[in-house]
Amino acid sequence: MKPLVTLTSRVVVLPNDNVDTDQIIPARFLTTTTREGLGEHLFADWRKDPSFVLNRPETKGAQILVAGNNFACGSSREHAPWALVDFGFRAVVSTSIADIFTNNAVKNGLLPVEVDEETYTKIVAAASAGNDEVVIDLKTQTLTLPDGHSGRFPVEGFARHCLLEGIDQLDFILREDDAIAEFESHR
Amino acid sequence: MNRTPRTLFDKLWDGHVVRPESEHHPAVVYIDLHLVHEVTSPQAFDELRRRGLKLRRPDLTVATMDHSIPTLFDAGEPRYADEQTRLQVDALKRNCEAYGVRLYEMGEPGQGIVHVIGPELGLTHPGKTIVCGDSHTSTHGAFGAWAFGIGTTEVGHVMATQCLLQRKPKTLEVRIDKTLGLGVSAKDLILAIIRQIGVDGGTGHVIEYTGECIASLSMDERMTVCNMSIEAGARAGLIAPDETTFNYLENRDHAPKGDAWERAVSEWRTLRTDDGASYDESVSIDASRIEPMVTYGTNPGMAIGISESIPMSGGSERQALQYMEMSEGDAMVGKAVDVVFIGSCTNARLDDLRQAASVLKGRKVADGVRVLVVPGSQEVKRLALAEGLDRVFLDAGAEWREPGCSMCIGMNGDAVASGQLAVSTSNRNFEGRQGKGSRTVLASPLTAAACAVSGKISDVRSLM
Repeated sequence: MKPLVTLTSRVVVLPNDNVDTDQIIPARFLTTTTREGLGEHLFADWRKDPSFVLNRPETKGAQILVAGNNFACGSSREHAPWALVDFGFRAVVSTSIADIFTNNAVKNGLLPVEVDEETYTKIVAAASAGNDEVVIDLKTQTLTLPDGHSGRFPVEGFARHCLLEGIDQLDFILREDDAIAEFESHR
Repeated sequence: MNRTPRTLFDKLWDGHVVRPESEHHPAVVYIDLHLVHEVTSPQAFDELRRRGLKLRRPDLTVATMDHSIPTLFDAGEPRYADEQTRLQVDALKRNCEAYGVRLYEMGEPGQGIVHVIGPELGLTHPGKTIVCGDSHTSTHGAFGAWAFGIGTTEVGHVMATQCLLQRKPKTLEVRIDKTLGLGVSAKDLILAIIRQIGVDGGTGHVIEYTGECIASLSMDERMTVCNMSIEAGARAGLIAPDETTFNYLENRDHAPKGDAWERAVSEWRTLRTDDGASYDESVSIDASRIEPMVTYGTNPGMAIGISESIPMSGGSERQALQYMEMSEGDAMVGKAVDVVFIGSCTNARLDDLRQAASVLKGRKVADGVRVLVVPGSQEVKRLALAEGLDRVFLDAGAEWREPGCSMCIGMNGDAVASGQLAVSTSNRNFEGRQGKGSRTVLASPLTAAACAVSGKISDVRSLM
């Protein structure tokens, strides 16, 4: 996993609330047996619309997706973060992000950033004014807008550590082998 | 001993902590049962292979095929939607063989939708931790198990270590007072709950459903309720086990037997929230005020009672109405229906099929309406055949298929065509969920059957 310490990027704003994982990656693309190449199908149905935000040339190369409340609700498919990362995103920003998606995202080097309503509104306004380069600093857990406004966001401590160092969580659990064996011996 | 009163969830948590959480790391939590299916497992098996790891506890791992498999066969041969779905099913077979995992294969007794077979085989017990790479794993919480969906990386964690890293979630009590009226079922109840608390009302929480109404429900009905906890944002939903739970489990294949059964039941009786224990949040709902429910938008919280009209909406909801070709102030009753789907991990158990059949018996499906009935498992199919339910469906003009997820997710070729309106007993009315451009109205098996007969969205109570 690629470490993530700071991220400076323009944003892509998808202001819809309750964007579900079926939109992020429709089920017909889940018949794959690998995790590669899913970026091509990211928001596949919405991208059919030429005016969809990801089809606009100015959003090309943006690494931060900003979406409405309750982002990535629905299914547990990890294909959703795989597709976002494969497309080029390193962070998603919303006022609320679904639990399973959050868990999946951090394991793939994709940072879920939950901001307050005020910060969210300011990002959306900055984006519509075309002045939307934001800085996300995972060490200080802050997101800063071009006008200097800064919002803090929570990140689970261990996930933060793993993202900063680019560490795999499985190695941590594998080191608990003795404790797991001990636990099993009492069952 | 003067112990601090604990919630049911506290007890499940305390019983599975291998290493407690700290500021630096989440708790290491032990998993008692890992359910596996073809869609979310291949990349996890590959990860084991890549790292040269063993699957730690094949004896606590059970696999089935459900999402990609066809529900139609030609002379005994499965009619796969495409080559890719066949390859995915083959990959599961190879992986289960290589890692010694018990696999319930297509057509074999025991096979079916993963959340239908776990309880049916008696694998799902009160007090267990159960995970699966599928968000509707919350279903198993109906037995007082802590059951939740995980992604494929975590599927790999469980395969390798039988553990997961977890922060302790908060608890939300949803108390349901009184009982449901005639024609109103568990599906209507959970849709009413999601409407009330919102599609993110349970985020960060485990829901415990309590109250008189919950106690009165059968296990099939309780599973319907817990199944859709995730549609309110909660990864897990719980119901404390009681006599209904024990009666359901007794004598099932993998349930404890003899003395072990007695010991298990006395242990399971302690799995309830203690007097004086407190939840982080509580809400209550009066079941007697709930009508048959239908959704009108593109998330399960956009639901109304069958006699209501579509409420005023703003922002994203307006876009949802546009997609659904519906308008504020419209009644749902009377809207023409193209497809009716009776199936899914939400509503494809025997109780569900019986309810749908009770409406369809002696009646005909309306002209131009396609009705698909897909039992949740081989066992549900067997029991339905024994009661002659298949005849009721076929005589009415419905299609009777082989078990699987089918049209709930549309991965196997069972899909709703673009623009068509489907009344579905499944769990998600997301845009395109049942096929590209499909429009979904979620409803109970009773309501779905009533819509099949009239060809329009209908109040089942008018047929009772």
